[in-house]
Order: sequence, then structure tokens, then C-alpha cells
Amino acid sequence: MQNEFAPFLTLTGISKRYGGVRALDGVTFACGRGSIHAVLGENGAGKSTLIKIVSGVVQPDEGLMRLDGREVAFPNPAAANRAGVVCVFQELSLMPDLTVADNILAADPPRRFGLIDGRAQRRRAEELLASIGCADVDPRLRVRDLPLSRRQMVEIAKALAKKPRLLILDEATSALTAADVERVYAMLRRLKADGVAILYISHRMHEIDALADTLSVFRNGRHIETFAKGARSPDRIVELMIGREITAQYPPKPLPKESVGPPRLDVRDLSWGERLKGLSFSVGAGEIVGLGGLDGQGQKEVLLALFGVLKGVGGTVTVDGRPHRPGSPAEAKDGGLALIPEDRKTEGLMLPMSIADNLVAASLKPLSKGLVIDRAKERAAVADAVRRLRIKIGSAEDAVSTLSGGNQQKVVIAKWLMTGPGLILLNDPTRGIDVGTKQEIYRLLRDLADGGAAILFYSTDYDELIGCCDRVSVMYDGRIVRELEGDAITEQAIVASALNMNTEMTHHG
Amino acid sequence: MADAALSTAPRAARGGSLALRLRQNAGLLGAIGLFVLFYGVYNLYHPRGFSQQVLIQNANEVFTIALVAMAQTVPVILGGLDLSVGAVMTLVNCLASHLVTGSAGEIALGILACLAAGTAFGFLNGCVVVFGRIQPIIATLATGAIAIGLALFLRPKPGGKLDADLSWAMTNSLGDFAETYGLFDGGQAPWFQPIAGIPVPLVLLVLVAVCVWMPFRRTLTGRTVYAVGSAEGAAFMSGLPIARAKLAAFTLAGFFAGVGGLFLAIQTSTGNADIPQAGAYTLNSIAAVVIGGTSLLGGTGGAVASVVGALVLRAISFNFRIFDIPPLMQPLVEGLVLLAAVSLGALRALRTRNRLELFR
Amino acid sequence: MIAGAPLALRADTKPILIAAGFVLVILAVGTAYTLATQGAATLLSPAYLIQQLQTGAFLGLVAAGMMLVILIGHIDLSVAWTLAAAAMTATAVGGPLALPAGLAVGVAVGLLNGIGVAYLRVPSMIFTLGVNAVLRGLMVAQTGGFAPQTAATDAMRFLGAERIAGMPVAVLVWAAVSLLTAGLLSRTAFGKALYGMGNSEAAAYLSGIRTRRVTVLAFVLCSVLASLAGVMLAGYSTKAYQGMGDAYVLPAIAAVVIGGTHILGGRGRYLGTVVGVILIVLLNSVLSIMQMPEAGRQVIYGGVIIAMLLVYGRGAPTGS
Repeated sequence: MQNEFAPFLTLTGISKRYGGVRALDGVTFACGRGSIHAVLGENGAGKSTLIKIVSGVVQPDEGLMRLDGREVAFPNPAAANRAGVVCVFQELSLMPDLTVADNILAADPPRRFGLIDGRAQRRRAEELLASIGCADVDPRLRVRDLPLSRRQMVEIAKALAKKPRLLILDEATSALTAADVERVYAMLRRLKADGVAILYISHRMHEIDALADTLSVFRNGRHIETFAKGARSPDRIVELMIGREITAQYPPKPLPKESVGPPRLDVRDLSWGERLKGLSFSVGAGEIVGLGGLDGQGQKEVLLALFGVLKGVGGTVTVDGRPHRPGSPAEAKDGGLALIPEDRKTEGLMLPMSIADNLVAASLKPLSKGLVIDRAKERAAVADAVRRLRIKIGSAEDAVSTLSGGNQQKVVIAKWLMTGPGLILLNDPTRGIDVGTKQEIYRLLRDLADGGAAILFYSTDYDELIGCCDRVSVMYDGRIVRELEGDAITEQAIVASALNMNTEMTHHG
Repeated sequence: MADAALSTAPRAARGGSLALRLRQNAGLLGAIGLFVLFYGVYNLYHPRGFSQQVLIQNANEVFTIALVAMAQTVPVILGGLDLSVGAVMTLVNCLASHLVTGSAGEIALGILACLAAGTAFGFLNGCVVVFGRIQPIIATLATGAIAIGLALFLRPKPGGKLDADLSWAMTNSLGDFAETYGLFDGGQAPWFQPIAGIPVPLVLLVLVAVCVWMPFRRTLTGRTVYAVGSAEGAAFMSGLPIARAKLAAFTLAGFFAGVGGLFLAIQTSTGNADIPQAGAYTLNSIAAVVIGGTSLLGGTGGAVASVVGALVLRAISFNFRIFDIPPLMQPLVEGLVLLAAVSLGALRALRTRNRLELFR
Repeated sequence: MIAGAPLALRADTKPILIAAGFVLVILAVGTAYTLATQGAATLLSPAYLIQQLQTGAFLGLVAAGMMLVILIGHIDLSVAWTLAAAAMTATAVGGPLALPAGLAVGVAVGLLNGIGVAYLRVPSMIFTLGVNAVLRGLMVAQTGGFAPQTAATDAMRFLGAERIAGMPVAVLVWAAVSLLTAGLLSRTAFGKALYGMGNSEAAAYLSGIRTRRVTVLAFVLCSVLASLAGVMLAGYSTKAYQGMGDAYVLPAIAAVVIGGTHILGGRGRYLGTVVGVILIVLLNSVLSIMQMPEAGRQVIYGGVIIAMLLVYGRGAPTGS
């Protein structure tokens, strides 16, 4: 109980360089007990590096770190954990082949005579899961067999198992269902009441509004300002983050036009096993259609089915009036489709390869003369893509893994725009991406639609669906339960349909 | 409302613990089924099928490959591969042909030295992988050559002599073992009779599995081996002792291979630095691991499963003797059966309806 | 400091330079030995060096094919008996059809391997092992376990043993295959697809690359090159024999890896594989000149591979 009012964690003059890039530049920062402290900033602002240093994943080049008044240095995450610093990482830290219980108590399982006590471990895991309202997850299941949203809850339970004194959450709620987010909030408020210091990193302003009591803004590796919640207006905060005035976040939607001709994509009775139960919808040229609903209601499967990834798909799909039944992404591509996949690191990009190689990966055939790739054409295409999406790169020969998350996602999108697709499928394309890049992506989608493309867009972020889409189809349990259009696209309407609540709401706005 | 909808499904699936375990070990069950089939057929058609002599003979034939398969399993779970297990087995085999002889004390020391040599070589493999940061498959390809070279130094030509009593005692039934060393009234104690017919190699195999592998699997280090094979980055983030687990995995592989080599020396009473034989043991060990249901991608499976895999492999070749398959046809049939067995795994690929899952 | 320098080498070039440097070291050590014992620099004579290239050509062909398969993250352990089966088939068929028959064996084995790995998704390590056993079984059953009595045809002898203007035809074939392979890897969609799949098969698949077709083609090319090596080797030694391919599998893998190709795929340049082959052939030759017993050779062989990889690894970023 030495000096209750001294901050729990203090950083003084912390700097970190990666190659020639300064990721953190003389950061001085503090965070107190019993507080939820939000850290804000665009990707590349230094938030990730900050938490990596605090949690022992990387070591600072210079500067001092104090915990509870004592100077500390963490050579690895295990050392940080021992000191009570625990991080819930954005990239999942779960081992998919191990069971839920094995994962939750991975580092320090209950042991008898030096051997792991499976029964005690399972009980402890059950308690921890129950404490965050996840009693439905069987601790004996392998993590591999859990849906993504449940895995994230396991990740949080795992952090709690380490009895944190400083808990760091990095975009921890981006994969969660709305109900789970509420449970996590409740858990965080309990921890706060118990005196735990909490660092909360999120790109979602309404979450920060709901949770945090103190906010810190980072930009370009520097700590810009720390203030109490409510001391700055939301617009001012965004300005601090991006360092310039902001314009409207979403581009204006065009007036609904009278549809001429057949829709570009027409789907009738789409079905796949137990996951898709006969959906019908259509997307016209120039239209952005959103897929909404709770995570895991079949939205991803719709996109994968249209892109030829799933086997045994039923129903009829036509693209531009022609039947569309691709057996592989290659065939879907030939039919003028593009898919921005869910996980850019494993499904979107070949991380160790160069930016150029990634950009041309879907267009190798059109860039070839006979069997041989036309180098000049390739270079021109790469330069064009970099310019068009304003991807910030040093050299196109650098590994794509050196780019920030937002720029990586731009590479994925640019790769597909190079194929000139008429129908673009997007699977949660802005997850974990900074505000600036998000806005660029929204703008781009609208431009593409204005240029005649049809866009089908799944997002876990309701704001995004409301701001971007001409129409939104809300899914529940493998079906479309509601189609919203124009002014009827409201958060209330989406949430109500997502939960499949048959309220008195009128179906026509 | 959403809560109710979300939580009912998993709760229903929770079901019985046994059903879950069976589902999670489908590969191993298949291997056990194959073994029961092949070994059952063999014994049915064998003129002295289901007899003690047949069992003893088979146990001797199975022991070394079973141990080498166990050795292979640990690095495979780690997500690697150990191409040196056959060579380490051969190295210890040659060492034993020099050391395991003489007085009781000398024999005991010799056995310890052999086990220590195998373990040390495994530890060396681990060091090359951990500190040299070389991919296991290529590191052990190289250290395997070194092990074979050392074995050739020890035994340029096949030869050597092991203690005859030991050879007799270790390769027969428990009763013979007790008789040789005058235990339990020369093996005549009444309580001893029910187990006197069990082959010694079988007992040894169970002892190694129960006293070494099973406890290891339940240590933090053992779990880390699985964790690294499943997702090394996640294991690091979880604060698990990765370097220790890798060292332990290769060290344990060396130990198992050493036990196998020691037994082979005891069984054949010679040391033989046979390069093709070492290669064959390594390759068969990989086959045994896969047949036992351990994924070459790492993170799943176990050494006991690989023992079953080795049993399947051997049971197949036992059948050759029974069905008078001409020796010239044996390699062909062996190959076809191996291909058929591993292609069973293909059923998964053909059943998978989301093609993305194939890439995990 | 060095990392930021503009002249910094591409990461995949460094191993090639180191391996090339080691080739010179081997030559220097061998020459010092021959100078001391025979008083002549035998190793530096053109005749000796050309003979080494002749020996290396067979390994070079196998390694070129192996590299394609390793680049996509697979491995082909069936090359040993693909090589032998092609040689035996070619000599058994004889006449003008010998060469096509041998290569047809390669195509068939490659298709089988490719289908098993790409469509049935059996791990290549184990599937090709099984195919190797089957091929061996077929050949043993066919030949009765003895060396076939049939001899290599004139065309095979021409490819394997004869010389044009002092240069062995085998070396010219290796050079032609090398040029084609290097071009294939750096300048074609197929080459880019190999690297892409080696880094992330899921991303390559979702980019619309026909990953299964690419996999099958890589295995077919690997087997065809192994069968070409087999046919030529039979020509070189005038006939086919049991186990003639056994000495080529692990050295081919070692050559590819020493040349800087990552054993898990996705990275590596073809030039490195050529240097790796030359290194291994020279090392073997110098050790036999020094009359090193088999035991010592094995130890040195293993030690060299580890030492080379340790040197490559220094300064490299820590793994994933």
C-alpha cells in the first residue's frame, strides 16, 4: 500500500527503433491502479509497440519502465506475466490443437508431484470461463473446434488466469459478438473495482466512451496528450489522432436509382450444409450491399460459397445473367469476382514475399506474354496499384510484412482491383485498421460502385454498415431475416434483426 | 435472447467425455483397428497362432522399431522431424556391442553408458536446432550422417559380443528372465505364474511408455512440446518455455532411439553399422508415426499411438510369412499397404466441404 | 548500420556466395593435399574439373527437380526409385523408344505423387515414401532382384557418357535444364505460384492460383528430371542396376538447402542449387582423393552441412 496515488506503471523516455523506422520516440506515459485507460491512435502510431514493450514481447532501445515504483525490464512475456503484467493480444495467442483448459492455464497449470493435474485444471478453467459468462464453452474441446468469437473469450479467460495487476487489451473485442462485448465490459469494471490497472486499445470510439476514464492519444510514435474522458470532444480526439482536420467519415451515398436491367449478382435459395439455409438476395451494378448480423450467422460462408471455396453448395447463382457455379477461386476470378478475405495475414497475403509479388499474385496470367511474365507490364501495374490506393511503401521489393496493418490491407485490395472485378466480396475488411485507412477504404468502395462494380460487404461494425451500404441484409442462423434500405438502415433496426427479435417494428420505413 | 441461442448448441454437444475422447483420437482408433485385423489374421492362419512362442518372437521383432517410432514422435509433435533416429539407434547399437559385456557391474555401467550416449546425441540435436536455429529436418539429416560415421568408427565391420545371459533373459518371457537371474524362486513363485509368460520386450515397452513418456506428457515441458507444434508464436506469447521444450523433445528422441539400439544389440548380440538399415528404420519410424494418427504438422498425437503404428507395420510383414508371398513381392505389397494406409487420411480431405480448411 | 546500407545483399544471395566461397576452400584444401602427396595440383586441371561436372550433372538434374518441390513446401522421397525405375524401363524397352519410355515413367510417377499430395492431401513426406516403396517393389518383382541384363541404348550412352568438343553431353543437358529452371522460377506465372504457395498456400489459393494443378506440375517436373537423370546415368554406366538412385536423394536435398533454399519452402534461388551440387560433388571427390574412410566421410559430410547452415543463420532475424 505504498503511496496509493502514485501511478502503477510509468514509462520514461522509452524509444524503440525497427531498422530505420522509429516506432516509439521518447515516450513518457503513466497509468494508474483501478482505472481503465484507453490508448488511441492510428495504426503505426506506436500503440502496438508500446504494449509489446510493456508486456515483454520486445525490449526498448532506451528509457525506463517502472512498475509499482520499482524499475523493471522484461526480457520475455513470461517475465512480464510474473510481474503481473498480462496482455490480451489482437493476434490470438492460443494453441489450436490444445484444449481450452490447456490453453487457459498454459503457463502455470495446477500440478501434483510436478505433473499437470488435468481435473483441477479443468475445474479452474470452468470457473474462469464462467466468470466472463462463457460457461457454455467446454474446456475439453480443442480450441481449433471453436468459432472465432469463442476463441477470443478463451483468450480473455487465459489472461485472467494469470491474475493480472496490469491488464492490457489490444483490440480484444473486435472479434466478439455484441453479447460477449457486454460481458467483457462487466468483467473489466469488476477488475477496475478490484484495483487492477487496465490499458485498453480500441479503434471503436463508442467502446472507449462506454468504458474508459482516462484517454491517451498517440501519433507517429509519440505520446500526444492524456486527458480525462469528456475533456475533449470526439471530433477533437480524432483530430489529435490523425493530426489534421477531419472531413465526413463516410462518403455521401447516391440517391437510390431506379434499377435498370437485371442485377449483377442474383442469388436464389443458396444453401450449404447446416450453415446456409436458402438465402435469396441480389446486388446491382453500382450498389453496395451489406451483410449484417451477429458474428457466425453464415455471412462468411455466403462469401466463400460465391467464391468457389465451399463444396456442395445448393441453389442458383447468376452473375450478369449467366449461371455462376465456380469450383475454385480461380474460376470465380475468371467470372469477374474478387474476395478480400477475413484474415489478411494468412489468407490475403504471402507475408515474407515482396509487395510487388503480392500485388500481382492474382493477375499473373494477364501480365504474361505466352509463358513469360512481361517485366515492364508488371512494374507498371505495381506502380499503378501503389499510386491508386496510396499505399505507403519504401520499395515495392520490400517484404509486405514490413507494412502497417492498414497498408497491408490496401495491398490485398489493390491486388484484386488489378483484376478489374465486376463483383467485389469483402469479409470484414476494416478489422483492426486505423481510422484514416478506414476512411480511404470507404471512399474507394463508393468510387468502385460509382464506376459500375457491385459490392457485397460483410462487417462486424454496425456503424460501417450504416455509413457505407445502400442496402443491408441482416442474417440470423443461415438465413436473411431482414433487408433494410435507405433510411431504414439504423443501428436499432440492425441490432433488433440481428438478435432475430420479432418486435413491433414496421418492416417498411 | 441471443445468449440462449448461442449457448444451447455447445451445451448439447458437451455430451459424454468418452465420445469426445474417441472423436479426438479417431486416427489412433483406426490404427488399433488395423493392428487387430492384421495381427488377428496372422495368428488365425499361423499353425501355432495365439501361442506364447509366437508372441515372444513377435515382441522381439517389434521392440526396436516401436522405440524408434516413439523417438520420431516427439520431434514430430513439436512440428519438426528427426531424420537421425535410425542413425542414433545404430550408433548406440554399435556402442553396446563394445560395452555390454563382462561382470554384472560392467554390464550395468555399459547399459547406462549406452543410454547416456543416445540421450546425449539427442541433446546435441536439440542444441543444433535451438541454438543454431536450423530447421530440424535438415539439422538431423546432417547429424544423422555424423552418427552413422561414429557408428562406422566403432564397428567398421559387424561384430562384437554381448553378455549371453542378458541376451537370453531380455528376449524371452518374464519367467525365463526370473530363472536366469534367480528371482522369485527362479521364476517358480506361485504369485508370479500368471505373468510369467509375458515376453520381456513387451514389459519393457510398456515400462518405457508408462514411466517415461506418460509422465513427460503431463509436465509443463511436455505440454509445451505440443504447444510449439500447434502454434509456436502463441506458445511464446503464452510465456511457455520453448527452448527447453525443443531441447527436451530431441533429447527424449535420442533416449528412445538409444533404448531401441541397445535392445537391438542385446537381441542380435552384435553391433552393425548398417547404413541402409539405419535409413530404413528412420523412414519406417515416420510411417509408423503417421499410421498411428500423429499429424506431421505437429501439435497432436502421441508416442503410444506411434507404437501402435509400428505394430501395424510389423503385423503386415508377419502376414507375408503366413501367406507365402514370394520374397520378391514383399516390397511391393509393403509399399501398397503403406500407401493405402496413409491414403485413408485422404478421406478427410475428400469430406472437407470448406476447402480453406485443407490449408490449416 | 549494415542492415540499412544500400549495398546490403538480398537475403537469398548471401548463402550462394558463402557456398561458392566454400567450394573454393575445398579446392584449396584438396590442392594443398595433392601438392603435398603427389606434387601436382591435380584438382585444378580442366580434365579433373570437367569430370566433376560430369559426375555432378546427374545429381544436378535430381536437385533441380527437388528444388521445385521443396519451394512449395513439399519433398519428394521417391526420386531414388523413380530414377532407377526409369533407367530399368529404358534399358528394358530398348531401341528408339528407350528414352521416351524412361521419361514416361517419370511423368507417371509425378502424376501419382502430385495427385496424392494435391488432391488426397497426404503429406508429401509420407506419400512419396510409399510411392518409393511401391516402385522398388515393382522393380524387384520385375527384375527378380538382380541387375537387369539389358544394356543402355546408344542414345542413352550419348546423353550420359559422350562428349561434344570436350564437354560431356550430360553437362550440356544439365546446363540447358538449369537455364530453363532458372527462367521458369523467375520469369513465369508458374514460378511465382511456386514461391507464393510456399509462403502461404491459403493466400495463393484465394488469389485464384490453381494450387492443385501447380502442385501436380511441380511433382511431375521433379519426377521427369529424376527419370532423365536415371536414363543418363544408365547410359553413363552402360546399364541400370538395383539401388542406383539411393545415393541421390539426401544429397539432392542437401544441395538444395546448402544453396539457400528454405527447407519449408517459399524462398531460394536456383543458382544456389547449382552451387550446392558442385559443393557436394567436390567434397565427395576430395575426400575420396584423401582416402578418407567411409566413417570419416559421413562425419565430415554432416559437419559441413551444419556448419554451412550455421553460417547462413547468423544475423538472420529470429524465426516467426
